[in-house]
Amino acid sequence: MESQEEKPIIYTMENKPIVTCAGDQGLFTSLYTSLAQQLPREPMEWRRTYGRAPKMIHLEANFVQFKEELLPKDGNKALLTFPFLHIYWTDCCDTEVYKGTIKEDMLRWQNSLRTHASADWVIIVVESNDTKKKNKTNILPRSSIVDKIRSDFCNKQNDRCVVLSDPLKDSSRSQESWNSLLLKLRTLLLMSFTKNLGRFEDDMRTLREKRTQPGWSFCEYFMVQEELAFVFEMLQQFEDALVQYDELDALFTQYVLNFGAGDTANWLGSFCAPVRSWSGLLLRRPIDMEKRDGIQRGEASLLDLRSYLFSRQCTLLIFLQRPWEVTQRALELLHNCVQELRLLEVSVLEGALDCWVFLSCLEVLHRIEGCCDQAQLAANCSHTVGLWAYATDKLKSLGELCGLVSEKGPMSEDLNRTVDLLAGLGDERPETASSLQSPYKKLKEALSSVEAFERHYLELSHAAMEMYRAIGRLRSARLVGKSLAEFYMRKGDPERAETFLQEALKSYVSEGWNLPVTHTRKQIAECQKLLGRTEDYLQTSALLAGDVNLTTEERKHFCQEILTFAAKSGDQAHKVTLSMGVFAQLTRLQFHPATASVHSGAVLQVELTLRCLMPVSVHIQQVAASIHFDVDHGGTRGRSKAAQRQTIPGTVEFNQVNSSAGPPSSSGAGPPLELDEIHDRSPTDNSLSSTGVVCKNIHLLMRRHDNKSPPDTPNCVSPPAVAMKEGAQMLKVQEVTLEPGNNSIMFTAPSGQPGTYTLRQLCATVGQVQFVLPHIYPSVQYEVYSQEPQLTVEPRSEPLLAGLPQMVKFTLLTGHYAVKKGDALQLSNTDTMPILPSTGCSARITNPAAELVGESVLSIQSSEKVTSISLPATPPYHTLEFHLEVLCIIPSGNDRPPNERLTNGEVRHRPRSYSHPDTPMTAIDQRMSIDCPWSIYSTLLALTFYIPFKTKHSLLSAGNRKYIQVCVQNVSDVNFTLAEVKLTEKQHAALELQSLNAKEQQLLCSKHSVFCLWEVRWKEDLPSCLQCVFSANFSLLNQDVSSCKPFHYQFQLERVTTLYSVRADILPPAGEQHCRSGLLCGLEVCITRLTEPAEGETAEESKTDTDGLKTTKLMYEVADSSSNWAVCGKSSGMVSMPVTPDATHKVQIEVMPLFAGHLPFPKIKVLKYLPHTAAVAIQPDPDSCVENDSLSLLDKALDDQADTASIRSRGSVHSVGSGDQQQKGVAMPRLEPFSLGQVFNHSHARQVLVLPSTDDHIMEVNAT
Amino acid sequence: MAVCIAVIAKENYPLYIRSVPTQNELKFHYTVHTSLDVVEEKISAVGKSLGDQRELYLGLLYPTEDYKVYGYVTNSKVKFVIVVDSSNTSLRDNEIRSMFRKLHNTFTDVMCNPFHNPGDTIQSKAFDGIVSGMMVQSG
Repeated sequence: MESQEEKPIIYTMENKPIVTCAGDQGLFTSLYTSLAQQLPREPMEWRRTYGRAPKMIHLEANFVQFKEELLPKDGNKALLTFPFLHIYWTDCCDTEVYKGTIKEDMLRWQNSLRTHASADWVIIVVESNDTKKKNKTNILPRSSIVDKIRSDFCNKQNDRCVVLSDPLKDSSRSQESWNSLLLKLRTLLLMSFTKNLGRFEDDMRTLREKRTQPGWSFCEYFMVQEELAFVFEMLQQFEDALVQYDELDALFTQYVLNFGAGDTANWLGSFCAPVRSWSGLLLRRPIDMEKRDGIQRGEASLLDLRSYLFSRQCTLLIFLQRPWEVTQRALELLHNCVQELRLLEVSVLEGALDCWVFLSCLEVLHRIEGCCDQAQLAANCSHTVGLWAYATDKLKSLGELCGLVSEKGPMSEDLNRTVDLLAGLGDERPETASSLQSPYKKLKEALSSVEAFERHYLELSHAAMEMYRAIGRLRSARLVGKSLAEFYMRKGDPERAETFLQEALKSYVSEGWNLPVTHTRKQIAECQKLLGRTEDYLQTSALLAGDVNLTTEERKHFCQEILTFAAKSGDQAHKVTLSMGVFAQLTRLQFHPATASVHSGAVLQVELTLRCLMPVSVHIQQVAASIHFDVDHGGTRGRSKAAQRQTIPGTVEFNQVNSSAGPPSSSGAGPPLELDEIHDRSPTDNSLSSTGVVCKNIHLLMRRHDNKSPPDTPNCVSPPAVAMKEGAQMLKVQEVTLEPGNNSIMFTAPSGQPGTYTLRQLCATVGQVQFVLPHIYPSVQYEVYSQEPQLTVEPRSEPLLAGLPQMVKFTLLTGHYAVKKGDALQLSNTDTMPILPSTGCSARITNPAAELVGESVLSIQSSEKVTSISLPATPPYHTLEFHLEVLCIIPSGNDRPPNERLTNGEVRHRPRSYSHPDTPMTAIDQRMSIDCPWSIYSTLLALTFYIPFKTKHSLLSAGNRKYIQVCVQNVSDVNFTLAEVKLTEKQHAALELQSLNAKEQQLLCSKHSVFCLWEVRWKEDLPSCLQCVFSANFSLLNQDVSSCKPFHYQFQLERVTTLYSVRADILPPAGEQHCRSGLLCGLEVCITRLTEPAEGETAEESKTDTDGLKTTKLMYEVADSSSNWAVCGKSSGMVSMPVTPDATHKVQIEVMPLFAGHLPFPKIKVLKYLPHTAAVAIQPDPDSCVENDSLSLLDKALDDQADTASIRSRGSVHSVGSGDQQQKGVAMPRLEPFSLGQVFNHSHARQVLVLPSTDDHIMEVNAT
Repeated sequence: MAVCIAVIAKENYPLYIRSVPTQNELKFHYTVHTSLDVVEEKISAVGKSLGDQRELYLGLLYPTEDYKVYGYVTNSKVKFVIVVDSSNTSLRDNEIRSMFRKLHNTFTDVMCNPFHNPGDTIQSKAFDGIVSGMMVQSG
């Protein structure tokens, strides 16, 4: 800048509009300082043409001495050198002097101005009081000079002559005159600008419109418009100046584009010349005169033009304080230039453009750094980072071009190329020669040696990466990192490369960009191979082999890499373990049988469906699945437990977590909920105490998601530590060939021990390589249970009838026990239920699927105590069935002696009969004790039989004659034939029982009864107690007589003998022949003792009288339940009967018939009266006792068959039951009825004719 | 016209990406992926200043020597990226905008398909056809 200041025309920012000064130079010099100072002090409004907004500008001027040469010649359009205003200075106050010299001078000045058509002039007349005073006498008034000048020169423009008064004095008058002068100058200057610029712009436009004419030159036009820009710049109107350049830029761009479209302008030819210099942008000078000259001469290349244009724009933008726009425009420019050169098909030395771009980037960055502080730079990384990255990129390609990246270093060819490239840079510019870090030096150094290149390249790369990181453009940073990795790979430093690649890969994987993933993985594979990281390499290879984005050849190559390694015979102990997911995917698992629950030892097959991702079929030595075994403590309980766990599915479909395709799964919803019901049961009684829902995979769902890497993606950074857990049980299959796609592999699962087996891991072994699936998820389980042998007996048909041979079914579930040949069931024989021997009894053996496996004849051997059933050999978990015929013997009597019932505990197997609520039949539980070969304990089984009959007996009397009736009721649903009905007495042989039954055989239909009757005949004495056995043969109706089974009914009759006979007579009233209703008549009751006292009635019933005779107290009672009779007076009384035969007692009772007709006799009851025994210590109140007695007596009288409950409710301790002797100790007199047959009533059911009463005016009619 | 058109899910995985010529596919994948940086930058910048009235068109994301990358983001944060060859200077901003609008409409149609599972990659033939129409026809 310094050097150029001497020149009259200067292209610097010091440019000011030129104002020429003519006339008195000395005067001007004396005023120059204050003029130059004061002119820009006040802004002036500049009104613009073409509707442009007015602007306030501060005017400055460069005052130069007027010279003829300064005036622009015709055609010279230069604006910068254009004198906008011409001033003529004079302080002449003397008319003579004026006329003599000044006027002439002025005329000359005016003429020269006029010849150049310059109308922008002003004459300044300076006057001072001193001169005035000095020439006061002979001098014309001052106005005359001014007037003269005005009349001479400014014929119509009076304002072209200005008076400045006393300029060097500090007075208000002087100030005023200064102000008006300045105002005038400014106005005139602006007028000149408007006029001259307007004319210039018009010319310029005209020129531009001619651009389609042949011979039009862009360079010429460029110079013209730039002139305008210069002026604006000079006027500090940078915005306007920038607009000029932008217009030029756009115009040029358009031409290039038009060229591309086939519209070629001639002048563009010079820009299509081959590029010879690529020295980059130069932004340190405001104006690059060198390039400008080139443009002016029409010799500039495209790069020169662009460089120059950009340098100007950059300068203006920096004046406008918009440095970030510079960077943005720079990037656009660089991209654009590359494109334009391509478009114009300009031949460029390979790499030359890279040099140019590289230098330019750095130059722009330097320029920006030069005008911003560090903090500003850091805050605006986003604007500069693009340039950094671009420079990095270009340096890298330069390095590659010049052989600086290869491991071996540059070849001679590369060196030649380097020399050529450096030649195009030319010499370093003087501006940067002193700078150590100039782009020129950097590039030259970088291309000079491998080391220097590496240093510079790394520096740039890291700078770019860090900036990207700082502004959060991580993907961009990784891309730079990737490019850096490629560099390291070329340099043979895979270790460093891998770090960057892995980082990039992680990002691609996490965002699911497949192609970049594949590409980066391929690079990683190369790294890992170079690094000798076998395991990682194989893992990556496996991933790539299964990558559908690669070609089949590539996939095969990577697959072969694995197989080659696998085939190597190496250290057997060290196998390379890889993740299964890269090799094959487990898609489905199926159990056969589908219940996934088998008994121990059974065959359970597991079918795995593996989708092999390899491109070729792979032979696998072994596929193994490790199993976790849980001992199931409840497993021995058999199927019931297994049935509870119905949740085990037979087929498990695995989620298709496709690691290489599609969106990353983890970013989505995550794993689905796995819910399960839980029941908390009480350990004691298995009752439900609580229930709920539990989430089984909560650990997966609740996992923090802040780490972005998806868990299921194998090998994103390093292979997961997969280890096959040894020692566990395994499912194994040897020698499998996996074809690409789905493969089915069958395993036979171990099912030895009962318990739960969980499939944990899957491992495929290919030689040295193991592919391990560390977790099979969702978890897959199967169950093995064990079952104890079970023997059950059930009737073949319900109900089982006692007394008839019945078929029962024996079912043996063998469970875990294998029945061997010779194993036998030992049935303890019981008397009550013998097992009937049968021939041709066969056993069926069925397998768990209920298919018949075998049938064989059973051999049954009976000995005295046991029946032994030899079983056929039966495999475990099979069912053995056979039928046996058993007979349950009907117990002969239901009136067992009481002592037997009391000691019943001893006789355990004694069948107990009871009435069943569901059926009228009496049930008998029969227990069987069976000794089984699999257990040391006997198995107890119960069968329930039903007695088809109900038997009742009764004793009938007629005076002394006795009859026994037996009633057999068929309560079953089947019909029987009853034959050989027989009644026998066991004790008394002399007794004869004469059957009064007519038929030999009788039909006994369902729900019907058969009555049988016998007369008892005796010779000497009738025993008071009879032990009778009723027996009959019965068979099912329509069955053979031979199949008749006996039926016995035992019973006992006591107090059979008739003790008393009661005879009653009704005597009509005296004088009447018949009884009449309403008249008292006599009832004569005669009680006669018939027999000797029996053994039974001794101490308690009789008592010895004072006269030695044995007497018995009897109580009689007359009761008429049907209200036919009214008993008058005593209805009951006590008689004392001597215990001798034929002792008779007569009682007279008055009764009155209430109705006429044949009335039945009133009932007469005779009861035993037992007085209280003296032996009892405590004597209760006798009166109350008697009262009680009579009460109960009356009750009984009224209610013949009083039930025991009503008696008990009265508080009485009496019991009608003959067997109960419990009231023995109760010291009260009591009544006891006689047993049936002990008292014979002769007058039972007798009737007497009762006539109506004589006075029959009262007629009572009873209609019912 | 475009050389590469990509639809990117809210989670930044590609729903659809197609480019011509196909041999340069990988480069476009890298380019589009990297452009997400700028998309995110622009979205967050817009989010701060204006609330609801959001301009979906993000404009030129960044130029490279060979390509210009334009971005567009739907209200559901699905991103559209169109890559245009730098030499193709005839394309104006308005044309790019209309391409995006067209793409958005087609995309909406795809989403309206009840058989389309949002989040899955786009397989629709109709969509493919529209995209093909916007791509450079090259042999």
